[in-house]
Amino acid sequence: MTGYHLAELNIGTARAATDSPEMAGFMAGIVPVNALADAAPGFVWRLQDGDGPGATALRPCGPDIMVNMSVWENLESLRDFVYRSGPHLDFMRRRRAWFHPMAVPYLVLWWVPAGHIPGLDEALSRLDLLRREGPGPRAFTFRDPYPPPVPAEAADATL
Amino acid sequence: MTEISVIAVLEDPVRRRLYDFVSARGDEVSRNEAAQAAGIGRTLAAFHLDRLAAAGLVEVTFARPAGRSGPGAGRPAKLYRRTAVEHQVSVPPRDYRTAAELLAEVVDLTGAEPELQRSARSRGAASGRAARSQAPELPGDDLVTGALTAQGYQPYRDGADVRLRNCPFHVLASNHPPLICGMNLALLEGLLEGASAPGLSARLDPRPGECCVVLTPSKNNEY
Repeated sequence: MTGYHLAELNIGTARAATDSPEMAGFMAGIVPVNALADAAPGFVWRLQDGDGPGATALRPCGPDIMVNMSVWENLESLRDFVYRSGPHLDFMRRRRAWFHPMAVPYLVLWWVPAGHIPGLDEALSRLDLLRREGPGPRAFTFRDPYPPPVPAEAADATL
Repeated sequence: MTEISVIAVLEDPVRRRLYDFVSARGDEVSRNEAAQAAGIGRTLAAFHLDRLAAAGLVEVTFARPAGRSGPGAGRPAKLYRRTAVEHQVSVPPRDYRTAAELLAEVVDLTGAEPELQRSARSRGAASGRAARSQAPELPGDDLVTGALTAQGYQPYRDGADVRLRNCPFHVLASNHPPLICGMNLALLEGLLEGASAPGLSARLDPRPGECCVVLTPSKNNEY
């Protein structure tokens, strides 16, 4: 057990408006998939808004760009949900029908002190860091993960 | 041990049979079970299993007989199970893995998954049709498990479902799960279609260490 949790942000440029027929499959799937996340082992928190299912109505990066943000107890629990649960994996398999491909990183992972709920500013600055400098201890990806900060640093960070 | 000497350990046909038996099983296998499956004596099976273990082709665990512990419980039994390590040899040297990694990365970047899934589906259909033409009378389930075995999936029954012990695309699938699992699903959907096996349908249902696809009985016979 470390005193750190894993935060995740991913963004996607939608191919059409959320109320369009093209996005109907995505909008129909988001509620059950989110419910699955909420019940998954290691789930801590996810971003929500009042106006649509999940965070689908939030547009901090531009009118077509949807965001998804969550916090998990560790990397394995997030990986298990994202890649090893059938409904979510199937959702990802179909993502090209709903989202444009992106030539720059669109998913970032970073460690937060347990109990800290990251804001969108913090999340977007981590994505920016990943895009500028590539994976590192402060902003990384599933394929290039970094361990949580060591306890000495943990003590410093909470002061 | 070099890759090629690891593979050479499998040259012995008895050892090969033992390896196939252990690696197709999900749990641990005792010496007795393996001996019986390979049709040989227990001592000979133990010798070959230990050679497989020394080469890293199977893993060894120990288990006390159920319900016994402490001194006097007897020597723990040696058990064998499949390993996650994979070995690849090609002569002359080839490096398809790097090429596959690069191509997968580009499909990811350009968003060409729908095209990949279409190609996979028609390739799967072609292999299903080939299997069907060789055995026109075979029931769909048997035909499909035969074709899957030939392609290295190691199918097994799990109630009414057919699950696949082995992922033929393991390294690629762990680096690009939605891409490769989506491709694999399309390959298997195509195979079912081509093999005219409307009794089964494929869907994603990953389990640790296995293939991400499960074949379940179709709710109806439409395709």
